Amino acid sequence: MLNRQGRPSQAGEGASERHETFTGNRALQQIEPLIFEIGHHETTGVDIDKPAPFKSRLGKHARQGEIGLPGLSEPETMRHYVRLSQKNYGIDTGLFPLGSCTMKHNARLNEKVARLPGFSDVHPLQPVSTVPGALDVMLELARYLMTLTGMPAVALSPKAGAHGEACGMMAIKAAIAAKGEGATRNVVLVPESAHGTNPATAALIGFTVKSVPARDDGTVAVEDVKALLGPDVAAIMLTNPNTCGIFEPQIVEIAAAMHEAGAYFYCDGANFNAIVGKARPGDLGVDAMHINLHKTFSTPHGGGGPGAGPVVLSERLAPFAPVPFIHVEGGKSRLVEHKADAPEGNDPFGRMTAFHGQMGMYVRALAYMLSHGADGMKQASEDAVLNANYIRAGLADLMSLPFPDHPSMHEALFDDEWLKGTGVSTLDFAKAMIDEGYHPMTVYFPLVVHGAMLIEPTESESKASLDLFVATLRDLAMAAKGNDKSRFTAAPHHAPIRRLDETRAARQPVLKWEKPAPVKEAAE
Amino acid sequence: MRYLPLTETDREDMLARIGVPDVDTLFSDVPAGKLLKEPLDLARAKGELEVERILGKLSAKNTAAGAVPFFVGAGAYKHHVPATVDHLIQRSEFLTSYTPYQPEIAQGTLQYLFEFQTQVAALTGMEVANASMYDGSTGTAEAVLMAHRVTRRRKAVLSGGLHPHYTQVVETLSEMANDEVVALKPDVRATEDILAAIDDSVSCVVVQSPDVFGNLRDLKPIADKAHAHGALLIAVFTEVVSLGAVTPPGAQDADIVVGEGQSIGNALNFGGPYVGLFAAKSKYIRQMPGRLCGETVDADGRRGFVLTLSTREQHIRRDKATSNICTNSGLCVLAFTIHMTLLGQAGLTRLAEVNHANAVKLADAAAGVKGVEVVNETFFNEFTLRLSKPAAEVVEAMAAKGILAGVPASRLKPGAGLDDLLIVANTEVNTDEDRAAFVAALAEVL
Repeated sequence: MLNRQGRPSQAGEGASERHETFTGNRALQQIEPLIFEIGHHETTGVDIDKPAPFKSRLGKHARQGEIGLPGLSEPETMRHYVRLSQKNYGIDTGLFPLGSCTMKHNARLNEKVARLPGFSDVHPLQPVSTVPGALDVMLELARYLMTLTGMPAVALSPKAGAHGEACGMMAIKAAIAAKGEGATRNVVLVPESAHGTNPATAALIGFTVKSVPARDDGTVAVEDVKALLGPDVAAIMLTNPNTCGIFEPQIVEIAAAMHEAGAYFYCDGANFNAIVGKARPGDLGVDAMHINLHKTFSTPHGGGGPGAGPVVLSERLAPFAPVPFIHVEGGKSRLVEHKADAPEGNDPFGRMTAFHGQMGMYVRALAYMLSHGADGMKQASEDAVLNANYIRAGLADLMSLPFPDHPSMHEALFDDEWLKGTGVSTLDFAKAMIDEGYHPMTVYFPLVVHGAMLIEPTESESKASLDLFVATLRDLAMAAKGNDKSRFTAAPHHAPIRRLDETRAARQPVLKWEKPAPVKEAAE
Repeated sequence: MRYLPLTETDREDMLARIGVPDVDTLFSDVPAGKLLKEPLDLARAKGELEVERILGKLSAKNTAAGAVPFFVGAGAYKHHVPATVDHLIQRSEFLTSYTPYQPEIAQGTLQYLFEFQTQVAALTGMEVANASMYDGSTGTAEAVLMAHRVTRRRKAVLSGGLHPHYTQVVETLSEMANDEVVALKPDVRATEDILAAIDDSVSCVVVQSPDVFGNLRDLKPIADKAHAHGALLIAVFTEVVSLGAVTPPGAQDADIVVGEGQSIGNALNFGGPYVGLFAAKSKYIRQMPGRLCGETVDADGRRGFVLTLSTREQHIRRDKATSNICTNSGLCVLAFTIHMTLLGQAGLTRLAEVNHANAVKLADAAAGVKGVEVVNETFFNEFTLRLSKPAAEVVEAMAAKGILAGVPASRLKPGAGLDDLLIVANTEVNTDEDRAAFVAALAEVL
């Protein structure tokens, strides 16, 4: 790598053999033991006074013996978790182009407001009269979601995207049962290219799944859907924009065909961030759609969650929305916590979770919405789409595009056709990106494309950042097509740890730390 | 717009490079007439100061738990969270990372998931734990489905001491999946005969301890009878701090243990996000829902961690997966793990002792008020009072006096004859003054 003056940007380049250290550490890359290896049962980082003597009311239930939990002092705890953090890649570290996951900027304003005591320090069961501001946040978030989607109702409580899918499909199931067709309509159509959560959700709540084939151009065709339609079909679960990064051109016809057959249209809203302010799912014929607040409205996805999956519902499904929800009548709002309290005309299908859902995420999403406004959200969608297509244009001559006939929406999909004969796999290519300082793109998804590479830059990247990314990928692509195989197959070379043996982890699962046997015992 | 780096010039250059005249050309697959022409009826972009002002006003309308004597529990608890926890979870590399799909650059996340799994297994006395569920209630519903897979039966028996909201979550999912649920009547004295409900058709028995009324339950006899009939015992708790003081479910032969972990490291947040704890006997790991982190080695033989046993999961097994769950409560897990590390066994034991001592003090003081009866024989940091007036009225009257007194049992399950019951929680955050204020106000309103 050359710097801007054309000199090698690494000091001492060429003398790269690794000098072993006594500790095994390498400067800032330090080997960090587990807390179980450095903590002690008697150590604690929290000062709590011993209570005055009292008569226990635990009865015979009092715990006997050790728990087996180590403690660390406060400075030791700080150092342990800071060191762990340094082994992680995040959006604030660099471009995180995970297609379908949407890793966009996480504004710290969102974190700040979510920690206001009126939001973070209120209990879901304290008197409703003491939390009017919390209800206002939920109502305002609901208004934004309904306006952006063009849908008349929203169920806020689902805890994550997949939980939202279950909520939407349960509303559909309840609506079908209300029409007396519960026993006969039990098939759900799911395209081959769908997220794995779609078929899993349909099966979870008792539907039979039928697959809709993917066309050669990466889309679902209305004829293929029609061929599968019958009186037994309850719904289709379709992702739009789909997992290939394409807006389904026949979506309106597909919705109409479903409705004509007495079935419903569930839209997987994972990729809603591509069309916010540009098109409304309600105008396309959608009956239910979950919205991953972290993807579209930038609530942080710290290492895997928490998510939040509100579901917007059409007029026909609105009455079946689960409790709890806020009902507004005559300008007054009230919290409906039980089926029996539901207003006239409502028939909630049940309850998704103990309390009101992910309030902490509602505040963050609302802060994002207020910050962008209608104009900013539309611009964000346009920029996300523009950035994806810019990357596509920058790489299309070197890497192969499975679906060249449709514009990419917010993510650009490549396959591994161009790597044929190089001995470099999609995974190897991804690992080599780590050495260049990037988080790899999504690989091997969607499954309908061989060796898929799905790149989603989001709207958070500047043109300079995209240019460097494209230049890096071009350099890697040229190298892959050349002879420098070990740059890929042995990658990453410059990560805190080298490639991990995933097969061993699955064959001999070690899911928790076990105290090592004493040396003498182990020897016997 | 401060979050968007592209300039107008950039946009023009980029469109030219792509070879399209305008950005709408990239939306050409959107059917004719469906592309919005006018901006939506929502406000325009606002600066940081203005957004803070708007949300600050909404926050100020709520009564924060820390601002008043506070005794509300029943599934979510106010505890003190050390400052270190919130500081650490806001480290960029934790906060802005995703599911650890690329383990070489996600060892931070993976190692803390492994530490969390070990902590949860130790706390519950179980052999294995997963990397968390959404919360305790959804985790309980998943545990029921898991028991159905293990036993190949489809009938769950739910104790009347199970949090009514948890019962409803299980019932909702079961009704949809055409599974059977027998939910016993809520019974504050815990005299319901759950043993009588167990027979050879039952897949699992779900019992909470401490239960929703605060009673500690003896799980062993229930486990024994369940096992004799080929059924599993699912043990549930909503207050994880209790495990610092009471016999863990693992020592009572529970097969699956599910709990709410909010109490450790996580704020009340009006109900979410929380963190579901999920543990089981190791013979059931391949039937467990959710993520698992496992230990392995890298190409140099050094220890490292990866997500593992993913062949159970939705992205591989599709409609045959053990669950549809695709995420976990990563950041909430981190908060839990850090707080638990700070506590350690010594700190957790002390924290639990203080919670119990405070609750005993309050129960004894409340018992002295005319028209009040403490119904529990045993409890941890939460108990139930039988009042001479409807509890909902009492709570409102006490709220008017600036005291948040607890949860009326009727709010959790109206129409179940629970109107005179008040569920009261008392943790380490409550002071002697808080308790005195509670007792004085209770005496006044009764």
